[in-house]
Amino acid sequence: MTVLAGLCALVALIPLASVVFQAATLGGPVLSISFLTQNPPLPCTPQPGIPCATGGVGSAIQGTLILVGLATAISVPVGLGAAIYAVEFRSRFLGLAISFTADVLTGVPSIIAGVFIYAYFVIYDPSIVFSTITGALALSVIMIPIVTRTCEEALRTVPHAVREAALALGISRWRTTLQIVVTTALPAIVTGILLSVMRASGEAAPLLFTAFGSRLGFQGFNNPINALPLLIYNFAESPYHNWIDLAWGAALILIILILITSVISRLVVQRMVHRMQGG
Amino acid sequence: MGSTKVKVDHVSAYYGKNRAISDVSVEFEDRKVSAIIGPSGCGKSTLIRCLNRMHETLPRTRIEGRILLDGEDILELDPVHVRRRIGMVFQKPNPFVTMSIYDNVSVALRFNGRHSRDEIDRAVVRSLQQAALWEEVKDRVDAPALSLSGGQQQRLCIARALAAEPEVLLMDEPCSALDPIATTKIESLVNELKNTYTVIIVTHNMQQAARVADNTAFLYLGKLIEVGPTEDLFERPKERLTEQYITGRFG
Repeated sequence: MTVLAGLCALVALIPLASVVFQAATLGGPVLSISFLTQNPPLPCTPQPGIPCATGGVGSAIQGTLILVGLATAISVPVGLGAAIYAVEFRSRFLGLAISFTADVLTGVPSIIAGVFIYAYFVIYDPSIVFSTITGALALSVIMIPIVTRTCEEALRTVPHAVREAALALGISRWRTTLQIVVTTALPAIVTGILLSVMRASGEAAPLLFTAFGSRLGFQGFNNPINALPLLIYNFAESPYHNWIDLAWGAALILIILILITSVISRLVVQRMVHRMQGG
Repeated sequence: MGSTKVKVDHVSAYYGKNRAISDVSVEFEDRKVSAIIGPSGCGKSTLIRCLNRMHETLPRTRIEGRILLDGEDILELDPVHVRRRIGMVFQKPNPFVTMSIYDNVSVALRFNGRHSRDEIDRAVVRSLQQAALWEEVKDRVDAPALSLSGGQQQRLCIARALAAEPEVLLMDEPCSALDPIATTKIESLVNELKNTYTVIIVTHNMQQAARVADNTAFLYLGKLIEVGPTEDLFERPKERLTEQYITGRFG
């Protein structure tokens, strides 16, 4: 039985290990400082005597940071606010509606988020259909339900005694919620937010017809912008060698970025918990 | 009899349709310790939770009657202001886990109104002294509240309530989660506090009521059975139910 379980664990590890291995072996060699800072070059297949420009994925890294940053700025207030409403203000019907909607939205394929934003802007403001703004909005459609759900769970873990203690001191309802309950649940809330950040930074589908992609760096909020998953999607299936190399490098960078986020979130949460218990 | 600080006037309290307190009228004297005793489920906690309007923070609850604080009906006032005048200590120590000892004690001052750093510092020291915790924590007021023992945490909660400078201090079985040594400390503390505050303490422990309270009220099934000076109630009970309860025949 133990042997069987061990084998299953190994089989489960194979896809993960091979993904990391593949990205590291094919993406590793192209990594360099200029890879991180330069923009993607024009497509090129090497011919004798004519070397190809290697370029880098600078615009994609920049774009991913801007898009995910904006989407976080949108989804954290909305998601946390919805969770506070559902948990702290005990409005039965709306509370249930919020949880249910968030659950359904979490399961919606991410491309739907892109189509939704695309269609909305095609109708109401076609001039910015392909832009940083729509890209960030599409990502926040992915992030809001995750933030809402995790914040709800986080707030529910705060014992009722904490709220009572604050209210009994004559602290108003709002201050109790924002400065006592939310701070008590902060480690779990931060974890939830970073979870949604990791999810959003890996999404290509919602960006296909919103952020659209661009070889250039940030050109303003009303113009298309690049992102790592978009670059991987566009370049990996191209016939050009220098683009394919960039796609592998970008894949490795994306994995590293997500790994860093995950490590940071663990450290932050550990420190918060540690500080509370004063170990 | 001294002057009345809190007057409960024909109060009934409900959880949904269930009436937990029926038509209770009782007066609590200024700067005295009053105990409320009775078996579990008799409504003693509900009664004191009405006094600072914590009862209504639970869903589908309701209070009828009048509760007068210095002659003013608190049911007509803003509950937030009522709670600043009537502090409360709960059964289980419930310090704010994210905060240091200092921040716990100063929380009411920091959140309610403007106070200078100096005022807050002095209030923290004064409250910790009043709660007999100062000597134990004076070198580590910035340590997390959770680094204290259970008994210390409960005294921290008392200090936190006192820092808000309430007129009345409600204590809902404050020793039920504590060991005998910590209990003794809290009891002698209650004796000190009555010089400054009106203390109303709920307890299921009759010896504790006998030790700390000037007056005692006996509650049974949501009704007030008897109230009077503690000595009289324990030695010369007027009601048969009281006598049966204090001699341990039920409860």
